[in-house]
Amino acid sequence: MNAPPEPEPIESYRAGPDPHGRFGIFGGRFVAETLMPLVLEVERAYHQHRADPDFQREFDYYARDYIGRPSPLYFAERLSAELGGAKIYFKRDELNHTGAHKINNTLGQILLAKRMGKRRIIAETGAGQHGVATATVCALFNLPCVVYMGATDIKRQAPNVFRMKLLGAEVLPVTSGTATLKDAMNEALRDWVANVEDTFYIIGTVAGPHPYPQMVRDFQTVIGVEARRQLLERENTLPNLLVACIGGGSNAIGLFHPFLDDKTVRMVGVEAAGRGLQSGAHAASLAGGKPGVLHGNRTYLLQDEDGQIQDAHSISAGLDYPGIGPEHSWLFETGRAEYVAVTDDEALAAFQLCCRTEGIIPALEPAHALAHVGKVAPRMAREQIILMNLCGRGDKDVFAVAEALGIPL
Amino acid sequence: MSGRGETHSAAREADANANGGDTRARTRTRTRLGRCFAKLKQQQRAGLVTFITAGDPDLKTAAKILRGMPQAGADLIELGMPFSDPMADGAAIQAANLRALKAGMTLTKTLQMVQQFRAHDAHTPVVLMGYYNPIYRYGNQRFLDDAMRAGVDGLIIVDLPPEEDDELCHPALTAGLHWIRLLTPTTDAARMAKVLRHSSGFVYHVAIAGITGTGSAKQSELKKAVAKIRRHTALPIAVGFGIKTPADVTATAKIADAVVVGSAIIERIADGVAKGENGDAVAAQAHAFVRGLAGG
Repeated sequence: MNAPPEPEPIESYRAGPDPHGRFGIFGGRFVAETLMPLVLEVERAYHQHRADPDFQREFDYYARDYIGRPSPLYFAERLSAELGGAKIYFKRDELNHTGAHKINNTLGQILLAKRMGKRRIIAETGAGQHGVATATVCALFNLPCVVYMGATDIKRQAPNVFRMKLLGAEVLPVTSGTATLKDAMNEALRDWVANVEDTFYIIGTVAGPHPYPQMVRDFQTVIGVEARRQLLERENTLPNLLVACIGGGSNAIGLFHPFLDDKTVRMVGVEAAGRGLQSGAHAASLAGGKPGVLHGNRTYLLQDEDGQIQDAHSISAGLDYPGIGPEHSWLFETGRAEYVAVTDDEALAAFQLCCRTEGIIPALEPAHALAHVGKVAPRMAREQIILMNLCGRGDKDVFAVAEALGIPL
Repeated sequence: MSGRGETHSAAREADANANGGDTRARTRTRTRLGRCFAKLKQQQRAGLVTFITAGDPDLKTAAKILRGMPQAGADLIELGMPFSDPMADGAAIQAANLRALKAGMTLTKTLQMVQQFRAHDAHTPVVLMGYYNPIYRYGNQRFLDDAMRAGVDGLIIVDLPPEEDDELCHPALTAGLHWIRLLTPTTDAARMAKVLRHSSGFVYHVAIAGITGTGSAKQSELKKAVAKIRRHTALPIAVGFGIKTPADVTATAKIADAVVVGSAIIERIADGVAKGENGDAVAAQAHAFVRGLAGG
């Protein structure tokens, strides 16, 4: 059977992955032979360039002057008072250029692609946020960009499709399978196999074959590194609780990772429970899935008894993925991080609460995180601190929210 | 269940291949796959490998197609295990996977299909091809035991590269199944040794860098690629991807020990389904097409 081996005592939760790209039993390099030389090339190049101070300097330069980093750490005073418990801080990654955390990663990967001499960029996208973030950096660095997007998602996310086109990207509809994010990822992998010489694949979340889960995490840890420093400056203490939403899990790992060895800091990842975990229409891979192998890594997946991948559902298109980054699966099994699930309705309520109390329209993704904050903050003491990643802004979601609330626009 | 002590011949052959040992020739004919290639060599011709997806378009029709394949001219059969997300496959085989799943195909039924085929045909090798997740879910050792019992000869698991050999490759060889690996135009000389190390039965050279059912390789490039592989292994070499017509088969047969045709057969099945033909007619067309490939 496939039972996990006996766990060894863990000295640091930040040491992974191992040389095989594993976090415990999760991760790995489960790709076709055609892709193996490429995946190994990306790994070699990544390790070489990340050690180069020039690479870091270039990343920092664009992060500051183009993305607008560091993003502020903001004390949500009215919301904290409204909930009547812990002090709630928002890490304001929704103020980044393009309106979400996604660009931290696409910036890092395109700098790598450029150094590797790649001349063509491909990406997959679900809601279009990663597609927009990729198209943006491709425009910035003058590289042709092809974005694969499920035909179903293209219909649902017309404004983002137009944004990508404005930015010069070619958006290719994917009609195979269920025509959603997972199929877009399959199609991007197929493109990569056929264009191995000149193409770099910018994966949007902490999934895919090694080194992607590590690489995407490293680029996103800018969130947690800044937040940790900012909170120490502001409060002279570490937070009691970190909260972040999880689709693939890139914003969550970006926040969590720099705190993993701070034993007093609890962390909770919030998955999308869609219409409820019992309904079958959800995107909670940890709460409702089992370990399996897809898109190059072993992780928790929504799948049936026969190992066929099932479709995810969430009101938030950005959480709508049937898997989760392998490092989260490991943090889940080791118990270092906790994971909960929040329904569409709970997220909608939190979305409105945030608008009303803070004057911030959040994306539906972090509205899931906020819904969990709303549950736990009142039970915490006033001097305790919750740090939540507000990883995206909600302009893109106003139509979906209006529709869900039954308000004709 | 086979323990370490009773290593079967497929595994022994793999070891022999890895060590370049002289037991190679002796062990080669001990498996159905070995005997198949020995016979082909004797007949001085390349084998025809036909790929179909188990359960496509439905279990009954697929079983009929499988059963008639040897008579139509298939020397070896590759049977696809349906998966919802076949990342290395083009449109034709993706569609076949979905047709099969929609018709209720499962890994259990795929193994039963092989078992039923074996009841009628003790000679034609059957190699299962697919993706790891359904096997992982089924349970690796349970799958290997059931596959051996059903009369499966080998496995081609697309998303298990040598880096992940501990998962299924080593247990499969121990169980007595051949482990057949893909070599691609992106496999360089250094990597080739690694890929061939635990390969057994035959080597599958993917003629193009790409997915199934798309472009074709130039014969000159193919010749060079196959010659390069021959310098590294004595295993028979099958060539697939982009081989669609009898002329393609004839040309590739001059270079390789076996020629794999997949998407082109699947497209005949899809055509029949699209026209609303019954299972017998669909199977008959698939067989007629394979007869054409086999040279009449």
